[in-house]
Amino acid sequence: MTQFSVPWKQSPPLEHRGPARGVVALARFVYSAAAPIVSRFPGLILTSAIVFSTLAVWIHWELFSYLETIAASDLNGTAKSIWGQSLTVGEIGAYLQSNSVAAGGVLKYLLWPLQMELFRDIVGLAAIFQLFNLIPVYAIWWERKVAGRIQSRMGPMRVGGWHGWAQSFADGVKLVAKEDLVPAQADGMLFKIAPYLAFVPSLLAFLCFPLGSYWVFRNVDVALIFIIAMVGIEVVGVIVAGWASNNKWSVYGAMREACQMVSYEIPMTTVLLVPIMTAGTLNMVQIGDAQSGGWFTWNAFHNPFTFIAFITYYIASLANCKRAPFDLPESESELVAGFHTEYSGFRWSLFFFAEYAAMFVVSGLAVTLFLGAWHTPLPSTWAFEETSLFKILLNGILFSSPFWFIFKCFIFIYIQLWIRWTLPRIRIDQVLYSCVQVMFPIACVALVGHAVWMVLLDGSMFSTLIRWVLGLIFAAVTFGFLSVAAFGYRNGRRMVGYLAVKQLPGS
Amino acid sequence: MTLRLNQLMVFATPIIIATLVVIAPVQAADTELPQSEQGLTLSDQGIQKSADGGMLEALMFYICAAVVLGSGLAICLSKNIVRMAVYLFGTLASVALMYFLLLANFIGVIQLIVYAGGTLILLIFGVMLTSKSPWAKFDVKRNEMIAAGVICALFAGMLLMVVVNAEWPLETDAVVVGSSMTQFGSALLTDYLVPFEAMSVLLLVVMIGAAYMARQE
Repeated sequence: MTQFSVPWKQSPPLEHRGPARGVVALARFVYSAAAPIVSRFPGLILTSAIVFSTLAVWIHWELFSYLETIAASDLNGTAKSIWGQSLTVGEIGAYLQSNSVAAGGVLKYLLWPLQMELFRDIVGLAAIFQLFNLIPVYAIWWERKVAGRIQSRMGPMRVGGWHGWAQSFADGVKLVAKEDLVPAQADGMLFKIAPYLAFVPSLLAFLCFPLGSYWVFRNVDVALIFIIAMVGIEVVGVIVAGWASNNKWSVYGAMREACQMVSYEIPMTTVLLVPIMTAGTLNMVQIGDAQSGGWFTWNAFHNPFTFIAFITYYIASLANCKRAPFDLPESESELVAGFHTEYSGFRWSLFFFAEYAAMFVVSGLAVTLFLGAWHTPLPSTWAFEETSLFKILLNGILFSSPFWFIFKCFIFIYIQLWIRWTLPRIRIDQVLYSCVQVMFPIACVALVGHAVWMVLLDGSMFSTLIRWVLGLIFAAVTFGFLSVAAFGYRNGRRMVGYLAVKQLPGS
Repeated sequence: MTLRLNQLMVFATPIIIATLVVIAPVQAADTELPQSEQGLTLSDQGIQKSADGGMLEALMFYICAAVVLGSGLAICLSKNIVRMAVYLFGTLASVALMYFLLLANFIGVIQLIVYAGGTLILLIFGVMLTSKSPWAKFDVKRNEMIAAGVICALFAGMLLMVVVNAEWPLETDAVVVGSSMTQFGSALLTDYLVPFEAMSVLLLVVMIGAAYMARQE
């Protein structure tokens, strides 16, 4: 580590110790080895990543369905256990051969470990953790691109070649290698554990977060309240971080976060009762599958009150994961950086992982509860009989799949980004006014109105008519936005940012 | 007390686990769990039949119990109020985990959302608004200590009597899984309607009182 000569007294930089040093070395090595290859073939790598992840998803689905058929045929009638296994490799091979599966020779070795619950749980947990890691990394890069475009600049353009797509990975390496600073006057223990108090709950929310009918790690009967609780507990980490920093800006940020969160949880949870009443369950998978009948059966279009509830929920969820116009805890124009002013390096990045994962979770709740979950606008009764691989794939594309769920979630994340870079931040008294005196009464009206509607009008002709009208209005609004976006895209070269765009590399 | 709290917790946790392992013999639940009415299988609900004799459950129970006791002890011994609140978070979260282990999912998540997610945040918020510096010490006077000690001793005696005198059935007839929420809801609105409504009236009175006191003339 080079020491630069400066006129003031300089203390030597703190080196990482123990396992952290190994992690830093590993990150540096991986990045320096991968960067030349990645920057040379960015398009190839991106395309093959998409193709291979699609293939991995398909193979995973195939393996599990084979395993279920074998288990259903009950070859030797013993129960599965966590530690042991009931089928031998030979038995699986014989079953595959009797059903004339071509790749049976390799497949039987792949299938054998999957019958152990523990192995399947480990695979599932690893997948959840990877999803949890990839969403923030991708969303942070995307946020910078969207912010750039809204402000007529390009955003990240250099790292990785194509539109700076590896920017977040490079930032990750930088953050891991940075010095781990703890202010001398801070409450050291609380300062160190606070990022984990924010990070772990938002990871736990993914445990029972369904991405599709069968794509859920634990299908719990109280999944919805569990997810809300986890999003709420994340705040404890933020408050503790602000307090432990022993910095006036941080404490202001933490106090704002506390009063904002506690008040916005009330309208948010109240409007969430509306789709729960429609579905009659708290199980996320059942709520999602109740909306499989196409665009007009989605909960948001059930009646005017559910439509109001959907919009109220989305605004409250912005406050709940501290996005603009409610990003008072870290309002950078007044409070430096709010609760994470004193944080640096890896601990700082943990807060960002938590925040972006929470954005995905609240968008996912909006999609699951109001907008048809993992189903496409087409009713699933039109689905093909799954006789060939092609038809299975077609069903996945046209009717329901986890890809559709993630796609819908990213639409709502995009709207969050759009709002953040368009609207100004509001004052704390305006935040609380809008919660207590505007959104909470609206939420109560939506709840009571929906209850009355369900008792009096559900199933009548008038109800169906209202449902179609609301569905058509929402479709028209979506189409209008898309048209404006298409116009802007086509005429982008004639708009303000043209000169700036032309001068930048990669344009 | 000169021993630092972190060290104390590090020392105390394995001792507590070891004591529990020695004192309390494992009672593996071998009861056959019924299928739920809503068509979910048990493994769908994150519940695995204890084919390994309940070892995993027992292990999880001891870890949770150790965290509950360790952070409870830490609350008593700490002098920094915000740290106490964070230790309290440990206690509340592990109690919720123990509810999950007992298949009481609903009570577990309500514990998380009400206590860990709501009350605790209000507690820390109150401390932040009232205390003068992050180093505010929580000094206990001698007579306060004596009063607290007497109350704690009485309460501990009561708990001990309950533990000694109560019957602890080792096997239950039926464990209700899956439809617990439905049963809970209908019980609240039929058999226990009067206590439920009385409780909500009480909460309403508290809310009106708070609003009245906060009102500025």
